[in-house]
Amino acid sequence: MAKQMPPEYYQCLEEIQALDFVLVELNLYLDTHNHDFDAIQQFNETAKLSMQLKVEFEKKFHPLMNFGRSYSNYPWNIDDSPWPWQV
Amino acid sequence: MFTQFKYWKPFVGPFDPCKPIRVKSYSTPPQLYMNFQPPGLPQFTPQEALMAGTLWPQLYSPYPDPQKGGNPHG
Amino acid sequence: MFYYEKKLQYPVRVSTCNPMLAKFLIEQYGGADGELAAALRYMNQRYTIPDKVIGLLNDIAMEEFSHLEMIATMIYKLTKDATPEQMVAAGIGDHYVNHDKALFYHNAAGVPWTASYIQAKGDPIADLYEDIAAEEKARATYQWLIDISDDPDINDGLRFLREREVVHSMRFREAVEILKDEQNQKKFF
Ligand SMILES: [Fe+2]
Repeated sequence: MAKQMPPEYYQCLEEIQALDFVLVELNLYLDTHNHDFDAIQQFNETAKLSMQLKVEFEKKFHPLMNFGRSYSNYPWNIDDSPWPWQV
Repeated sequence: MFTQFKYWKPFVGPFDPCKPIRVKSYSTPPQLYMNFQPPGLPQFTPQEALMAGTLWPQLYSPYPDPQKGGNPHG
Repeated sequence: MFYYEKKLQYPVRVSTCNPMLAKFLIEQYGGADGELAAALRYMNQRYTIPDKVIGLLNDIAMEEFSHLEMIATMIYKLTKDATPEQMVAAGIGDHYVNHDKALFYHNAAGVPWTASYIQAKGDPIADLYEDIAAEEKARATYQWLIDISDDPDINDGLRFLREREVVHSMRFREAVEILKDEQNQKKFF
């Protein structure tokens, strides 16, 4: 896994990080505001967008999640990509 | 409207060995003033939110004190 | 169960090889008010807290693990290619002789993490007040770290983490409001 990640990797990653951050914020907010209909709608829409970005990311770079939440290429590439503390 | 830093003037004695800091400050971030977050507050864009560390400008707390030009205790 | 997602919550960057900063940052890795303590505290309190706020403790615990990973990333990058001489010069020779570059759960003074840093009292108000205090203490630690760090990229990450403590404190305060709400009693009695 000596290969470098291209600049596009960092850009795509940050787009996902931004959407997933909105999801974390809305999630904690909804934990104490469980009747906020608009926030729930925004949460669901953002979740959908995030999933779409992750499908694209995984096609281009590497699987994001373990234990069957992401598909692997051949050969097994769930471990064969740099780890978050390395990139 | 609240402020995010409070200032106080500590006693300065003639025998204090270090150069006195005449005005000291401490942080009073926004969660201290919001009992329960009201619904529908204005939001940052996702990119801005990630950079700020919160989705809501009203919960954003800058540090160090911007009034002090980045000098935290001066 | 838990799944791992191969990404950080926030893009952590480090400008310079600076092992001394790693020595200070480790306070938030294995210190009393650090991310490990936070994650384990909420993760453990969630079993016995009233149902209305279990979700919040669970989710904040999860986020704290993401913060632990961010702090670890900073420490890892700050020391990764430092020579033993640089480690000694930075004042972490004592860490080096015991752990080489490996991270370890201790605070900035080298005191190993202990469960006595955290509490689970079983009384929801007592537990949530501890949680609020823990968030404010973590916020303060990030302030003092920002004060002594001159790495702009590290400070960017630390500012993010400090802001998260503000939001967590907000949510725990709301949890107290939910639990003390008189209106809910009427529905049940
Ligand atoms: Fe926190």
